[in-house]
Amino acid sequence: MIEIIKISKSFNSQKVLDDLDLNIDPGKITVIIGQSGGGKSVLLKHIIGLIRPDSGQIIIDGIDITNLNDKKLNEVRKKFGMLFQDAALFDSMTVGENVAFPLNEHKRLSRKEINKIVDDKLNLVGLENVTHKMPSELSGGMRKRAGLARAIALDPKIVLFDEPTTGLDPIMRESIDKLIVATQERTKATFVVISHDIESTFTIAHKVAMLYQGKIVAVGTPDEIRSSNNSFVRRFIKDLRD
Amino acid sequence: MIRFLEFAGRPLVFFVEECGRIMLLLLSTISWMFRPPFRIRVIFKQMEFVGVNSVIVVMITGAFTGMVLALQTYHGFRMFGGESLVGSTVALSMTRELGPVFTALMVTGRVGSAMAAELGTMKVTEQIDALNTMSVNPIQYLVMPRIIAAILMLPVLTIISDFVGIVGGYFVGVNLLKINSGIFIAKIIDIVDLEDIFNGLIKAAFFGLILSLIGCYKGISTIGGAEGVGRATTQSVVLSSVLIFISDYFLTAVMF
Ligand SMILES: Nc1ncnc2c1ncn2[C@@H]1O[C@H](COP(=O)(O)OP(=O)(O)OP(=O)(O)O)[C@@H](O)[C@H]1O
Ligand SMILES: [Mg+2]
Repeated sequence: MIEIIKISKSFNSQKVLDDLDLNIDPGKITVIIGQSGGGKSVLLKHIIGLIRPDSGQIIIDGIDITNLNDKKLNEVRKKFGMLFQDAALFDSMTVGENVAFPLNEHKRLSRKEINKIVDDKLNLVGLENVTHKMPSELSGGMRKRAGLARAIALDPKIVLFDEPTTGLDPIMRESIDKLIVATQERTKATFVVISHDIESTFTIAHKVAMLYQGKIVAVGTPDEIRSSNNSFVRRFIKDLRD
Repeated sequence: MIRFLEFAGRPLVFFVEECGRIMLLLLSTISWMFRPPFRIRVIFKQMEFVGVNSVIVVMITGAFTGMVLALQTYHGFRMFGGESLVGSTVALSMTRELGPVFTALMVTGRVGSAMAAELGTMKVTEQIDALNTMSVNPIQYLVMPRIIAAILMLPVLTIISDFVGIVGGYFVGVNLLKINSGIFIAKIIDIVDLEDIFNGLIKAAFFGLILSLIGCYKGISTIGGAEGVGRATTQSVVLSSVLIFISDYFLTAVMF
């Protein structure tokens, strides 16, 4: 369970998050949708403690992470996997080494066991014969898949996705969407996905949260959102479609 | 007057803040040194990177520095018949000053800049954030090994530079300028103490700290995409070089 309580964050004088409240259900896919530059990445980074709020609290499974020291925060972070907007693979390592990295850091496993997990995860995301390639040799979509494999290497309870499909062609987009749904069904983990693509949001989300001007302005199932009579929600959807 | 103070004060405030942040990074690095995991493998990899990347260029600069020193001092000393002192002058200058300083400057150009560029790229492509999300502290994983590697390798490279420089000086002095070989060597042994060499190596280790600390600092505080990485790289080289010269003066004043 992730509870975000009244967080505010400004950069210089620009208010990005403004008294934002949001609860994220465990074991479900929650999609946070909003305009480009609206603070989606900033919100996601708050959830994993990469950015600290100016005020407010973020509570992960009952632990308030807003004022934790590095050591305790690192403990909490072991529950997490995160896929960054541009995958953020380590470009000095092969794809295989990237996926193995969290395993080497946090698990006492033999090389053979690690290799097995790496192969499994890469298979899961539909990547073959890339273990020994460098990230720079992969296409954008393959990098995102590899980033996803790394994010789920430790079978985290919570996985954060920053725009997993942005910048991909429609076919790749669909296949990543399917991958997210399938992975969540298999792992039963809590997925938080950031998006500005309304169509893919409706296909993957159990719950949709709309971020607008620093606040969550509407929360609901895709059906609730789609059939909402709230003029604001309708305009929001229309704006994102355009 | 107030406007003048503001005008003059802003860079000063910035400079003081920057120094503060660099010192904080150093303290944080030291505190991470003593917490497991100790990253021995990463440290060795960095030592290889610092050493292998620099050894050729350090040898070339060392050799020619020794050679030109021999040439210059020979022409100077010949005026009062002091040719026999050429060897010891070369050796003393190399071990005390030019070995450590030139080595540090070359390593700053090759390795310090690479550290800034590599960490800067990792910063702007969110690889450093990614480390954090995987519960790996970037200072311990990235900064600490680089600083330790530079502190350990700079003295090694400096010994190479000292040695090659003296050999270069010998070649010019004995083979080209026909100074007596026995005298050349005897004067070196006579005048150069182990302490001279040792103090030079301490300087080198200190310069290693400077260039790696600045390189890492500029790297991890990079903002603004590829352009920012370029800026960080240049700034790290300039700032490291200046600090090497400044600290060289003070270290010399304290040690000799
Ligand atoms: N570290 C930072 N320092 C200063 N400003 C920042 C920082 N991070 C984000 N911002 C600003 O906060 C705002 C929101 O940024 P954010 O990256 O969260 O947008 P986003 O919703 O993820 O957009 P996109 O869909 O383009 O990724 C932007 O105006 C950005 O300039
Ligand atoms: Mg974003």
